[in-house]
Amino acid sequence: MAHFAKPAEGSWTEHYPQLGTAPVNYEDSISPEFYELERKAIFNKTWLNVGRVEQVSRTGSYFTKELDCAGTSVVVVKDKDGEVRAFHNICRHRGNKLVWNDFPREETSGTCRQFTCKYHGWRYDLDGALNFVQQESEFFDFDKADYGLASVQTEVWEGFIFVNLDPENTTSVRDYLGGLGAGIEGYPFGEMTQVYKYRANVGSNWKLFIDAFAEFYHAPVLHAKQATDEESRKLQGYGFEALAYEIDGPHSMVSSWGGMAPPKDPSIVKPIENVLRSGLFGPWDRPAIDGLDPLPEGLNPSRSPAWGIDSFVLFPNFMLLVWAPGWYLTYHYWPTSYNSHIFEANLYFVPPKNASERLRQELAAVTFKEYALQDGNTLEATQSMIESRAVTDFPLGDQEILLRHLHKTARQYVADFEQSETPVEISAAS
Amino acid sequence: MTTLPGEFADLEPFADWCLASEAERYAKRLSSSMDEMQAFYDAAFPRFAAGMAYLDELELNDLPEDAGQLLLLFYSLINVSFPIEVWRQPRVPDSGAAAVDAVLEPAV
Repeated sequence: MAHFAKPAEGSWTEHYPQLGTAPVNYEDSISPEFYELERKAIFNKTWLNVGRVEQVSRTGSYFTKELDCAGTSVVVVKDKDGEVRAFHNICRHRGNKLVWNDFPREETSGTCRQFTCKYHGWRYDLDGALNFVQQESEFFDFDKADYGLASVQTEVWEGFIFVNLDPENTTSVRDYLGGLGAGIEGYPFGEMTQVYKYRANVGSNWKLFIDAFAEFYHAPVLHAKQATDEESRKLQGYGFEALAYEIDGPHSMVSSWGGMAPPKDPSIVKPIENVLRSGLFGPWDRPAIDGLDPLPEGLNPSRSPAWGIDSFVLFPNFMLLVWAPGWYLTYHYWPTSYNSHIFEANLYFVPPKNASERLRQELAAVTFKEYALQDGNTLEATQSMIESRAVTDFPLGDQEILLRHLHKTARQYVADFEQSETPVEISAAS
Repeated sequence: MTTLPGEFADLEPFADWCLASEAERYAKRLSSSMDEMQAFYDAAFPRFAAGMAYLDELELNDLPEDAGQLLLLFYSLINVSFPIEVWRQPRVPDSGAAAVDAVLEPAV
């Protein structure tokens, strides 16, 4: 039984006919060769979100980001003019990693006046200019101006810092994010500075974990025990239908009902939730800040009173979840090989004014982790079974449209890249 | 040694749950028996509303040491509420070898 209206074509998937409805081949998630192509075609070409402006709040604030997926490490810094810049994290002298602490492969952050290489002491200004060379006179035909740090295109959109490793890229982040990005501009992300960060090493292809978070079809089953027994039975009988889906270029979003603020029937929530007035969807009471009412028009696109959360899949590896009670969550999936990735989840709340508010946020964060542990544990087994190639094509339902779109988009980027790399035929010189 | 505010001296036997990081709280949960956590929950949960009212009278970012300890104890109560209210076991069911680590928490 349909609970929410679907497009005139009869399904969300058929509303976007380019997606097709056939079972989907998952070779893109198990092939080392395909992953190597993704690194070149996707992670070295598209805008990647590496952090938030709050991480570089002062002049000289910096952080490093390991980008195995693109074969580099970048250092992001706020320079003396207040501009956020990024550089390849490599000393121009002999290739030493420039910024690291104790363990060269671990990310680090801090504040400095300039970057000093640990190896021979070359120093760089915050804008990347080389300003000191140990025993400079020993070098030949040497001009420091020729040896600034290798810069990386960097743009800030709504406080999110993006880098693009393709020097030939000419598309702004704003244009890249298209209509879905424009629709959420103005959301008070900058007010939500109380942060929880989680990290996990996951033994699956990066797209498989996006799959897990880009559909809620699994929620009434996998997370059944998180609700009271009676509520759980009701949810499974009901199944899951989203309020709306939207696809725009490589990006997509799902708008979902849910949450309880407060629930109509207190018996359906756990005791701790009743005492705290909080739960998975966050504190039941919205924080008193501007920008939440009315919301930017791209949120709750179906204008449903039952709206609970919008999940945006911003290609390739950035998910942004905006929750009705006034907080947001980001997911990043950083591939480390064809069958492994680092998963990062950051929760952002308005700073609490008192202990009750703080404890409500704590419950939301703890609840998040309980769910993520369930979501993450199925993935390694899925990866190994798909790798068996015993079954190669999988039927995706209408509530899994975002997965169909994600895998199609990845295949399309790779195909376009291969097309562009095909050498032009040159007739042999005789 | 008293660590909690006097009004909450009844929770002193559970002061070992006053742990500063999520990693410590989660580790203690996994290494505790259900009986131990039930005892903690049964003692602390009925005091939760009163404790919040007590803490709300104070400046969150400048809590006296004993009040800060009470707040940490309540973070643990929230963590323990999952084994007690939901899972009936310390670990999240079906979470096997999966691990999700908190790498940054709010200062307070």
